[in-house]
This record gives sequence, C-alpha cells and structure tokens, in this order.
Amino acid sequence: MTDFAIDPTKSNSQLGRIALRWLLYIMLGIFALFYLMPLFVMITTSLKSLDEIRTGDLMSLPREVTFDAWRTAWSGACTGIQCEGVRPYFWNSILIAIPAVTISTLLGALNGYVIAQWRFRGANIIFALMLFGCFIPFQVVLLPMARVLGIMGIAGTIPGLIFVHVIYGLGFTTLFFRNYYVSIPAELTKAAKVDGAGFFRIFWSIFLPLSLPIIVVAVIWQFTQIWNDFLFGVSFSQAGTQPLTVALNNIVNSTTGVKAYNVDMAAAIIAALPTLFVYVVAGKYFIRGLTAGSVKG
Amino acid sequence: MTKWLQDHMPKLVLAPSFIAILVFVYGFIAWTAWVSLTRSRLLPKYEVEGFFQYGRLFASPRWDTALNNLFIFGLLFIVVAMILGLVLAILLDQNIRTEGAIRTIYLYPMALSMIVTGTAWKWILNPGLGLQATVRGWGFEDFTFDWLIDPDKAIYTVVLAAIWQSSGFVMALFLAGLRSVDTEIIRAAQVDGIPTWRVYTAIIIPSMAPIFLSAFIVLSHLAIKSFDLVIALTGGGPGYATDLPATYMYTMAFSRGDIGQAASSAMIMMMVVFTIVVPYLYSELRSKDD
Repeated sequence: MTDFAIDPTKSNSQLGRIALRWLLYIMLGIFALFYLMPLFVMITTSLKSLDEIRTGDLMSLPREVTFDAWRTAWSGACTGIQCEGVRPYFWNSILIAIPAVTISTLLGALNGYVIAQWRFRGANIIFALMLFGCFIPFQVVLLPMARVLGIMGIAGTIPGLIFVHVIYGLGFTTLFFRNYYVSIPAELTKAAKVDGAGFFRIFWSIFLPLSLPIIVVAVIWQFTQIWNDFLFGVSFSQAGTQPLTVALNNIVNSTTGVKAYNVDMAAAIIAALPTLFVYVVAGKYFIRGLTAGSVKG
Repeated sequence: MTKWLQDHMPKLVLAPSFIAILVFVYGFIAWTAWVSLTRSRLLPKYEVEGFFQYGRLFASPRWDTALNNLFIFGLLFIVVAMILGLVLAILLDQNIRTEGAIRTIYLYPMALSMIVTGTAWKWILNPGLGLQATVRGWGFEDFTFDWLIDPDKAIYTVVLAAIWQSSGFVMALFLAGLRSVDTEIIRAAQVDGIPTWRVYTAIIIPSMAPIFLSAFIVLSHLAIKSFDLVIALTGGGPGYATDLPATYMYTMAFSRGDIGQAASSAMIMMMVVFTIVVPYLYSELRSKDD
C-alpha cells in the first residue's frame, strides 16, 4: 500500500488548495448548466415567435418577448380535431388528482395504523403483499382493468381514472404510514385502550395529530405520481376525459397545421408547473417520499 | 355485537384495501398470465393452449428489438446514472456553501412528467432547428447531432433524457448515504494522514453498499417501466427502432388489438421485475422483522 505514503494534498501549497476549490465549483456549475439547459430552452422557446425560432438558435434569448404561444397553448392549441388548448385537460387532471390523492392518503393512513399498531396474525404477510403491489409493472394489469372498468360502467370516465389511481396508490400510501406509525411506541395505544378509547378514537385523537409530516409526504408523492401519470391516462381515458399529460403528447404530435414549437413548450411548462411548484415549496418532503421506498428506515 | 365489532375493527378497516389489492393486483396478474397461455387475438379466449403466444413473441423481430433496446437502455441508464449520481454526491459533500440551491437544481427534473421531459428533449435534439442547427449557426458547419432520427442511435437519446431526469435522484440517495457514514472513522483516517480520495475509495464507498443496491433496484425498475419517455421523445421510432417492452405491450394491446401478444409481453416484463425486486423485498422485510 504505497498510496498511503503519497499525499497529494499535503505537498500542495495554499494556492493549490484554492485552485482545487475553484475547480470544484466550476464542475458543479457545469453540471448545474446541464440540468438547467432544457428548462432554459423551454422557457425561451415559449416566449419567441415562430419566425424567430426558425432562425435556429436554441440558446439565444428571445429578441422580442411574446406571450402568444402561452395564450394558444392554454386555450387554442389542437389536440387532434379539438382546438381548445390544454385548459380543459388541466381541469381534468385536477379533478382526477384531488379525489384520488385524498382517498388513497386516507386509506393508506388507516391501513398503516392497523398494520403498525393493531398487529394481528397475518398482518405482516398482508403488508408484504400490498408492498409488492407497488412494484409490479402496470402493463400486467392494463388488459383486465380495461375490461373491469367497462363492466363497472366507468370506462373512459374521470371516476374510472380516480378509481385506478386509488387502487395502485394504496401500496405506497400504506407503506409511508406503516413505516411512520411503527416507530410510535405500542404502549401509547395500549394505555389509550385501557382508558376505554376505541379504534377510531385512538386514531383520530392520538395518531392523526402526530401525522402531519407523513401526510405531507404521502400527499406530495401521490399528487406527483397522479399528475405525471401517462400510462393509465392514455389507456383508460377517451376524448374529453384525458389528463393533461395525454393532451400535451397529443398537441406535440398533432399533425394538423404548422409545427408550433413555442406552443409545445408553453404547454409543456404548463403541464410541469404544478409539480414543479410543489417541489420548490416542499422539496424536503418530496425527497423523503422518493427515498422512503428505497432506503431502509 | 358491539364487542365483536370493536375486536374486529382493525381487520374490517384493512379488509377493503387488502381485497382490492388481491383482486386488482394478484387477480389481474393471474388473468393476464392465463390469457398469455391462450390463442386470444382481438377478444380474450380462455382455452389454454400452452406457450403459443410466447413462441410468437420471441419469433417477432419487433420484440427482439424491444428486448435489445431494454438491455442497451437499461445498462447504460443504470451505470451512467449511478456513476454520475455518485460523482455529484461526492462533489457536493465538500462543504459547499450553496449546497441547498445546487441540490435543488440537480433534482428538479425528478418532479417533471416524463412526457414533459420527452417533449423538451425532442425539441432540443430536433436536427432541423435544435442543438445541431444552433451549433452550426455558431460557425461549426460540419457539426452533426441527428441521433433522434437515426434508427441506430435514437435509443441513446432516450438514455440521455432518462439520465437527465433521474441522476439527481441517485445523487440524493448517495448524498444521504455519505452523510450517514460514521464521521469518527473519517476523522481518524484524516488524522492518520490518509488522502481524501483514499478515504472515499477505501472507507466511505464500500460502506455504502446497501445504497448502491437500493439505487440499482430503483433504476432498473424505472428502466423496465419506461414508457412515457419513449412515447414523448421518439414515439418508438424511427420505425420501431426505439421500442421497449412497455411500448410493445401498449401497441399490441391498444393499436394492434392483439391481446395474446400484449399479455405475454406483459408477463415477461413482470418476470424481469420479479427476479430483481423479490429477493430485495424479501431480504428487506426479513431484516426489519429481526
């Protein structure tokens, strides 16, 4: 192990250390540019006129800022034969996301509470089965789900999409709450039971007030998943009930008329804004949700 | 009666969700598995015929392309995202004053829909007006970057966009891992005069083995499920050059009306996930019980 004898930093002067520090910041800066570049291009393209776009300089700032593309994207762009912009689909996504997030979070909280605090025989197997449900590739349920939605009479409807998102979000929300409640001492529940409090009373007055952080994590996770979903949206919707991601894809691939790149970019930014906003405001909880499924604890 | 209700309340509350998962996850998997063993075409048939559909699947050049693409895409995506994530995490771990801001920048693509990511990169990589035209405009007349429309290279544009989207997340995982390494050991190594890079290669990185495994599981899972990014970026094209198993399955199910092929390709995807995730989940759950 001769490496130990040679210390590259020790022989360096103070100057070398400063140079190294500069190098470090320059590298971090270059990577930051790599991640920011597409966002920059999207924003500047959405503010340019088509004539300016055709001159072909992706990296330049708009010579003349125009919001025409934003207006068109919001209320005039064509998704196939309909030309109403993304506005109706934005509302579809909201109408899908709000009930689906609420129901799946509430059920996940109750499930997690049962599994973590009211342990009964088989509870762990139930948890394992639910957990594994998070990991299946959804392609494997697409065909039967399409038929079952038809039988239930909610194929191609917004309630149908809410139903699908609740079912396949349950595994994750249960996981979040179970892992959170498992760290709360069981003595608390026992003491409350001795005092005569029932199942719901204990949940309502003891567990729920403690749950704010994990509720935020679960809500953000579910909202991001559902808002960004494309597979279920494209498989189980029809004209008029499509979520925003499907509409965006249709606008970009619409073959009618001139290719309006600025409108595409404005529509893409509109589709990205809600989740981006959540990420900027509550990044800490966003990351906790992302890592909850993959890192122990 | 109320006593019985009270005793069984926890089970009654859990039951609907559990039954839903049993039916809509496991029941549906069973249905798909069954149909994959029949001669179903436009409508499902229920007479089991054996592995007929799988034979068709593996004889199909399009499925062959999809599997090849999954292999290329998965390998490059996982390896590069892990290396990039680790490098970024180590760079950020050097007491950077603006760490919070930089981390936010590296991670924000993870908040975006793959459709948004695909749309943005499709525009950037568009040879006519995108990056290629821009660099040519700067005076490099021979600059060529038309991978998006090149059947042999289009899959690498999917890799590029996927890495852009997910590497920040890998960085966040590794950064959390770096922070959880025992600082006493690191300080002791520094006192002994061991150079920083040796501390990383000999002490810190080996101690993060579980994080490498987690990152690998998450990334391979993302790779197998990749669907929206391909749809938005290349639409599976040119031709079907960038088809992945997920887009193949979707095409068979909803455009071609070939339920048998859709079911058998979905089952193959399922088995790939199974072989990766089940051992991992099993060991995770076991170690938690101990």
